[in-house]
Amino acid sequence: MSLDAAPQSSLVETLKARFGPAILAEQATGEAFPVVWIAPEASPAIHRFLKEEVPQPFTLLADLWAVDETRRSHRPAPARGVTLQSHLISLDRNADIRLKVACDETMPRAPSIAPVYLAADWYEREAFDMFGVQFDGRASHRRILMPQDWPGHPLRKDHYARATEQPPFRMTEQSFSAAEEANRIDPEALGLPLLKDGEELMVLNFGPHHPSTHGVFRIVLGLYGEEVIWAIPDIGYHHRGAEKMAERQTWHGFIPYCDRIDYLGGVTHELPYLMAVERLCGIAVPPRAQVIRVMLCEFYRIMNHLLFYGTMAQDVGQMSPVFYMFTDRERGHRVLEAITGARMHPAFFRIGGVAMDLPQGWDALVRDFLDWMPPRLDDYRRMVLNSDLFRIRTVGIGAYDTATALNWGTTGPGLRATGCGWDWRKARPYSGYDGFDFDVPTGTRGDIYDRTVVREQEIRQSLRIIRQCLDHMPGGPVKADHPLTTPPDRNAMLHDIDTLIPHFLATSFGTVVPAGEATGQVETHRGLAQYSLISDCGTSSYRTRIRTPSFAHLQMLPHILPGMTVADVVAHIASIDFVMSDVDR
Amino acid sequence: MTFAALITLFAAAALVAALMVAAGVFTWAERRILGFFQERLGPNRVGPFGFLQWVADTVKLITKEDAPPPGADRFAYRLAPVLASAPILAGFGVVAFAPGLSIAALDMGLIFALGMLALTVYGIALGAWASRNRYAMLGGLRAGAQLLAYESFLGLSLMGVVLLTGSFRMGDIVTAQTELWFVFQQPLGALLFLIAGTAAAHRLPFDLQESEQDLVAGFMTEYSGMSFALFFLGEYLAILLVAALATTLFFGGWLGPWLPAPVWFGLKVGVICFGFIWLRAALPRPRYDQLIGFAWKVALPLALLNLLITGAIVVGGQP
Repeated sequence: MSLDAAPQSSLVETLKARFGPAILAEQATGEAFPVVWIAPEASPAIHRFLKEEVPQPFTLLADLWAVDETRRSHRPAPARGVTLQSHLISLDRNADIRLKVACDETMPRAPSIAPVYLAADWYEREAFDMFGVQFDGRASHRRILMPQDWPGHPLRKDHYARATEQPPFRMTEQSFSAAEEANRIDPEALGLPLLKDGEELMVLNFGPHHPSTHGVFRIVLGLYGEEVIWAIPDIGYHHRGAEKMAERQTWHGFIPYCDRIDYLGGVTHELPYLMAVERLCGIAVPPRAQVIRVMLCEFYRIMNHLLFYGTMAQDVGQMSPVFYMFTDRERGHRVLEAITGARMHPAFFRIGGVAMDLPQGWDALVRDFLDWMPPRLDDYRRMVLNSDLFRIRTVGIGAYDTATALNWGTTGPGLRATGCGWDWRKARPYSGYDGFDFDVPTGTRGDIYDRTVVREQEIRQSLRIIRQCLDHMPGGPVKADHPLTTPPDRNAMLHDIDTLIPHFLATSFGTVVPAGEATGQVETHRGLAQYSLISDCGTSSYRTRIRTPSFAHLQMLPHILPGMTVADVVAHIASIDFVMSDVDR
Repeated sequence: MTFAALITLFAAAALVAALMVAAGVFTWAERRILGFFQERLGPNRVGPFGFLQWVADTVKLITKEDAPPPGADRFAYRLAPVLASAPILAGFGVVAFAPGLSIAALDMGLIFALGMLALTVYGIALGAWASRNRYAMLGGLRAGAQLLAYESFLGLSLMGVVLLTGSFRMGDIVTAQTELWFVFQQPLGALLFLIAGTAAAHRLPFDLQESEQDLVAGFMTEYSGMSFALFFLGEYLAILLVAALATTLFFGGWLGPWLPAPVWFGLKVGVICFGFIWLRAALPRPRYDQLIGFAWKVALPLALLNLLITGAIVVGGQP
């Protein structure tokens, strides 16, 4: 990351000058941004200061999460039982800051920052759900991912990780109806009106099994005729506890789980995870591996955007484009299959590189695909984007501006459609993106139509990037020569006892990653994916925090849906382009 | 019972059977054609070119459990599919397939057919109501609103033809086109009729009441088995009826050289049906309020204008 160190330390100085003793300590990490411990009671004021008062403010709350520090042996000094962390990003200064609040183990409490950052709402609910953190100033604490009647807080270290650690599960008539009752959403209890102009609203359970919610996502809609009066999104149906699983898997063994965080993204989510691991290990990835990674990520970006484009058209009632785009996806998947051996979940990246070199003849396959796509995209433009019927369904609908987008933590195409040209690949080039020539498409109105256009343009840009990968694929190894790469180089192992021993240990027990904290940020096809890892010098991660773009994007729904019709709701949620696995993890 | 009545009964039974088969074949044809439009194959396994797929589907639907949802009004729930398909079958009774070849050559044949087409909305609304499902409810309400909006200019759009012919009888209308098809004299009327007909047959882009993306399957959401099949049959028969009406009114009915009259009629109906399928493959669906707005604000005034001009010409042309 190309972050300038000097103004960052001056930011910490500014904070110290302003808040004095409330700034407890600055933690030394290998991160590219300052990590500051702050006093809990000053947290809202400090957040507000960073968001509203500093020059070039930190407008984006990228993430807010908790860490259970109780079993951590390499614990930083101010940490107590549970640490609450928030990650702020300033687009203007292209810089981040992470604030940490130490909480008690048995009764973790912290002041809520949801009044400052709107996006904090769901993150705080998640921190409550997973760690039992109570937020002062919140009206209610409702679980967000787990069932409402779940006992305990799953990401606490004392919570079991596997169902087999529990007695057999039994569902009685009684427990069934109790669970039903506990998970019922009562609009009245949430303070929402049941009447409009004296007429009763129709409460429509939209999902979790509905053809247009793109996965198991539920929105409870209060309808006045066809007009939405209020909306309550309900998530958690796709929750698999990926963050908990990460604490059980070896560093290397978690890679396949990354694919399943965003099941349409293929290798994309492996990259931020591995960037964080490589930062912890101090591994430099060889150029060929970097370019292969970029190429595959861009391929999956195209795959995802094609699916988005087709289903977007389908969700406004256009039947055919999705079939054409599946033809294209099939061609793309053929290339990916030849390279990685899999289509959806390749698990192809490794710590320090990729699993294997490109196969013979890969270039012809890629070139075929690159030649195939552009005329098809032109067709789709005529068929979908230039269609008047598509335009009347999408132009001016579901529009929001840049400030709103950032306030809700929106990143990716949903942010760029508002005219903000922020892209992590450009702003903080990782994996060698600075060597590529590509543009960041932006929209102007921030409506459904612009979001579609931005993604269509991104397909073309990704094709450009892949073309450059094809033309300039560097030679050399596809894996770093480092003892912690998994597994170490086999030829070296066969001739060298000093490699054989780490090889044996790494393959039997897993790699031991040095203690520390590291973050990987990647611009996925949906927006910012941020993996914040804590290693406690073990064979698996102490805490893996997975910040996914879709989670933040869905949070905006209750504020954007009212006033729309049911058909607009479908078009709008299609234009968000979320995947429920990416929301619930 | 007289011999003539027996003949009519027999002919009616034959017509119903033929229509069932035609609707079945139409579903197969639609799926194959859509398949070709969309770079895929469509059903191609049962019989030659998958032609017997519709037979297999019918068998499946008949043998499938037909389960009314809990809380449904059972009587209304069972009645609704019948109400949605039977009137369409009745509507075919007045269609003239060839000179003298129709079950009942009513004087008010056209009005009868339109009335039968409009009756299906009762089936839809009833089914929506009886299902006790909110998606079905929304679908039923949409169907009602759409019927009002489109029925208003469906009738008006073909009044031009009636004015030119001076008769509501199907046979008369066809014979009046011996010189020139009415589509050339009444292009606007033909266009409006096809638009309204698409809406009456609930085809995309006017399939709001069963819009899959927002209402799951609209009024059909809770239906399964044979009840569903009857709704489904009603939809496809409605398309055929609209196509038959359009053929009769604007495309010269059975008229045509060389081939026998019923063959010409069938061919023309087939071409119009193909157009419906093409529309379905190509178009997105406008929003509900946009379509209703279009019906009242654009189509209805145009239909009135068309009627006014035609009337002026007819009156002006009289000695």
